[in-house]
Amino acid sequence: MDEHCLEAVEVLYHYLDGELTDDRRLLIQRHLDDCPPCFEAYDFEAELRLVVRQKCRDRVPESLMLRVAAALQEGEEHAE
Amino acid sequence: MEYMPSLYTAALRMTRNPADAEDLVQETYLKAYRAFNSFTEGTNLKAWLYRILTNTYINAYRAKKRRPEESDIDDLENFYLYRRLGGLEGATAGRSAEDEVLDHFTETEVKEAIEALPEQFRMAVLLGDVEGFSYKEIAEILDVPIGTVMSRLHRGRRALQKRLYEFGRQRGLVSEREGTHG
Repeated sequence: MDEHCLEAVEVLYHYLDGELTDDRRLLIQRHLDDCPPCFEAYDFEAELRLVVRQKCRDRVPESLMLRVAAALQEGEEHAE
Repeated sequence: MEYMPSLYTAALRMTRNPADAEDLVQETYLKAYRAFNSFTEGTNLKAWLYRILTNTYINAYRAKKRRPEESDIDDLENFYLYRRLGGLEGATAGRSAEDEVLDHFTETEVKEAIEALPEQFRMAVLLGDVEGFSYKEIAEILDVPIGTVMSRLHRGRRALQKRLYEFGRQRGLVSEREGTHG
């Protein structure tokens, strides 16, 4: 772990969130190209985020869709 | 109603109860319908709906409790889970054993890990990681400064990793070791 690795650890989330300035983003990108341990660590975090996003889904009950559609329609009729 | 699946998922994680989540989503749509003239065409409809959902939740559902959940969490280091799976110091090339552990987490575990987060961190993680909103969008939805968003989101993520690590240990997916080898 050198100073570039430490910086990569520090800005992990800003980088993955696309919230770094272009200059800093490029510096980190270059470091990841040169440093397999940091690249693997970043890759793990990116994959974890994907897993969280994919595994945190729920099917909308059909009854809810019908309820909302009915409620909105009722609102429309009242407005007329 | 194209955003209903994501709104419903968020509502479930917020209320942690299907009946309340359904009521919350219905109320959100009704409020959005009534307030639609205050929506600026061409701006972010999804973020606008989430703002209504969040405000409705905070005002109606959270008010059921005597006081808001203002618990805090430990601040952990970045790469909490990866380090404990043995990564960083002992990294190897290719798709690693650490990555494979992720496949074993069930939907229920991921959902429970999110629901276990204290409310303010849970909301940030939901909006950032599950829904993919930017810091600025989350700041607008939650009506807090961007610095607060970053702090809640980053700390919430690390706490989520800690919970996942605990699930992994309970299920024997990961062995009990500290990520300090090598």
